[in-house]
Amino acid sequence: MTPMDPSETFRQEAQELLEQLEQALLDLEHAPDDGDLIDSAFRALHTIKGSGSMFGFDAVAAFTHHVETAFDLVRKGKVTPSRELIAVALAAKDRMRLLIEQPETPESAEGDAILRDLKAIVDASDLPSAGEGGDAPVAAREQPAEITWRIRFRLARDAMAMGTNPLLLLDELRTLGSATIVALTGEVPSLEVLVPSDCHLAWDVMLTTSQPRTAIEDVFMFVIDDMELSIDLLESGEEDRRIGEILVERGDVAQEAVDTAVSRQLPLGTLLVESGNLSPDKLTSALAEQQHLRTETKVVAKGADSIRVPAERLDELMDRVGELVIAQSRLTQVAASINDMQVKAIAEEIERLAHELRDTTMGVRMVPISSLFGRFRRLVHDLAHDLGKQIELTTFGEETELDKTVIERLNDPLIHLIRNSIDHGLETPEGRKEAGKPPAGRITLSARHSGAEVLVSIIDDGRGLDRARIQARAEEQGLLAPGVKLSDNDLFQVIFQAGFSTAKVVTSLSGRGVGMDVVKRTIEGLRGKIDIASTPGKGTELTLRLPLTLAIIDGLLVRVGKARYVLPLSAVEECVELSAEEDGRSRGRSFLNIRGDLVPFLRLRELFQVSAPADPYQKVVIVSSGEFRVGLVVDQVIGNHQTVIKSLSKLHADVETFSGATILGDGAVALILDIGHLVKLGLTYESQFMAAG
Amino acid sequence: MSLWNGGRSLEVLTLGLAGEIFAIEASHVREILDLVPITEVPNSAAFVSGLINVRGKVVPLADLRLKFGMEQKPPTIDTRIVVIEVLVDGDPLIVGIRADKVYEITQVAAGALEETPRIGMRWRSDYITCIGKRDADFIVVLDIGRIFSQGESRDEAIFAGSSTAPRSLS
Repeated sequence: MTPMDPSETFRQEAQELLEQLEQALLDLEHAPDDGDLIDSAFRALHTIKGSGSMFGFDAVAAFTHHVETAFDLVRKGKVTPSRELIAVALAAKDRMRLLIEQPETPESAEGDAILRDLKAIVDASDLPSAGEGGDAPVAAREQPAEITWRIRFRLARDAMAMGTNPLLLLDELRTLGSATIVALTGEVPSLEVLVPSDCHLAWDVMLTTSQPRTAIEDVFMFVIDDMELSIDLLESGEEDRRIGEILVERGDVAQEAVDTAVSRQLPLGTLLVESGNLSPDKLTSALAEQQHLRTETKVVAKGADSIRVPAERLDELMDRVGELVIAQSRLTQVAASINDMQVKAIAEEIERLAHELRDTTMGVRMVPISSLFGRFRRLVHDLAHDLGKQIELTTFGEETELDKTVIERLNDPLIHLIRNSIDHGLETPEGRKEAGKPPAGRITLSARHSGAEVLVSIIDDGRGLDRARIQARAEEQGLLAPGVKLSDNDLFQVIFQAGFSTAKVVTSLSGRGVGMDVVKRTIEGLRGKIDIASTPGKGTELTLRLPLTLAIIDGLLVRVGKARYVLPLSAVEECVELSAEEDGRSRGRSFLNIRGDLVPFLRLRELFQVSAPADPYQKVVIVSSGEFRVGLVVDQVIGNHQTVIKSLSKLHADVETFSGATILGDGAVALILDIGHLVKLGLTYESQFMAAG
Repeated sequence: MSLWNGGRSLEVLTLGLAGEIFAIEASHVREILDLVPITEVPNSAAFVSGLINVRGKVVPLADLRLKFGMEQKPPTIDTRIVVIEVLVDGDPLIVGIRADKVYEITQVAAGALEETPRIGMRWRSDYITCIGKRDADFIVVLDIGRIFSQGESRDEAIFAGSSTAPRSLS
């Protein structure tokens, strides 16, 4: 392994900082008064300048310095972050990216022009506010530091009867910050005298928050008259406080008692409880406080707990895990054949470890989709500007995690789809007004889990797809036989065919019919699918259905003739036996009656031209893709199989029946069936059958 | 023109296919394996109808005899799989080649290398890099990248299936 090139490290870091800067700038456009955003932008600029000059990126450092100066004025409230300023800052950000990626870029007029614009804007807005101490807004904006409070309260005995719910109070405290709550049960009477509707408990709450004391008092606003409440400030500076100090400060124990206990050299709390100086629940509470202060200090240092790893190493790790899973399944097979309990026990242990390792490794590779969605904000912002459309971008489910390879490969198709939605889908503000819609179009990006799939949707509220025009155009271009009736989803799939375009005018963005086929290919390359739903006048919803991970799936191993095949378990619905009667009857029509539903089935041995005679009791595996089901006739269902997916080489790119291959426990290669393709094949059989009968 | 390979000698692996001796540039060869279990890929081009497991990697297995319209005989004790790595249309491809026999790695002197004659060849001349002379024999050095190139494998599959007669391309 080669050590990391320091300037490469800077590039990576700068990349993230530039993204952070861009997000902050775009957000500022909507919330120009948000101090956090201004600070975030300023910090990013400051760091880029600093580390830039440290790693010899002098051009970047010099350029960034000017931008930083401008934002320093914004931060001090002397300049307002106007739309113009943000536009220039975005241009400057692009310039910085260029300078970082190609440090040799010669000084060009472009950079100077940006700086001139920047200076003009700063000078213009600088003058009026410079006179009066512009520092005033800063104080208000400054982020108050987080402090820890100790809140002790006991409600009136009849509080619950009066309609107070202590749980709600505690929940409200939790919303203020990070809270550790301890219930003091010392006053709870024995069972015989306990009145269930009375409130016997008291609470100690350690709360770390940036909110002022009044916010805490507000929580108890309606009960304050009838309760005991004390709110004390805790010194969070000393990160590790001794339990004795805490107890004495709280007034739970006298200093002498602590001293006596300490001299006995046993856990202090225990001693104090033993000697009757302290009730056990007060000790618990104090210990919780100690713990709370410790973790709060840790949270601050948390940033250092994550490390940066080159992506190739993760890929390598995944490869190794894949090999391990294969080796492990061989071991399990061997262990099953030798009747040795000891070997079996070890094999089981290794199986468990291998599966855990697999899950952990896949988890490490998972990246939230927000990293991807974030990039599109700028795209939408720029497109809106270029096309003279107003666009609101909303995102949902940004925390949804996907394999990093999937995320990377999704970038280009999503850019393409978003461009298409904006260019073709959304109307101009005038057009929208005529259609009775608000002038600003809405693009929604969402991601969510659904079973073993992740659904990524791009929704616009534009004019929707024109069924008639697409059909006419497809027939014109010979992509569709004239007069064929298709479902919406099937017809709309035509737009993903190479060369298809209904746009009358070719814009710089889209309308050339190039690219949508690339989108489809990329998504299919990820073993994903695209669904389209559209309502004329209401908008279009494109949904990408993607597998959670590319590397390993749970499979069902089946045998056809001598060869073994793997079916993705997520697609398998059930297995039934193909009875001799059913077998004979279905020579003419390949349909099975599954609880009243007619399901078409395919004989894999015919599809694969297997010459060996069929097993007497063939099985049918019912698989589904979307809403369609198809039965696959196999000779034997062998069982579950952890399947490490290996892609087929391009020599086999034309064989559509298989999506990949895997290595079985005995070292042999088995092919993985492409369910989507088989289902489609089953449907064509079905339509042929319908046409014939 | 008679000097091929810029005047340098060429290191090749010689192998037998249906009685003929062919050679592959040694730099392409990764390893030579005994015959392993082969998984058939139904409905694929006959020329690359198999998959094998090479140290945990799934590798396609090609039968060059189909490419050259030779007779296919069942494997013998001498049958080997030569695993090669080659750039095909710009992308690296690892593929196994079934050989009836593997002979040796040998140097062919620069002076003994000649361009493929345009006529008088039994095989398509564009599959052949050059001809080497060794003692009294000729060694046919294959253009592996060309053989596995995308556009080729498809039309060749038809050719291999429809005709078994060797033919020359003039």
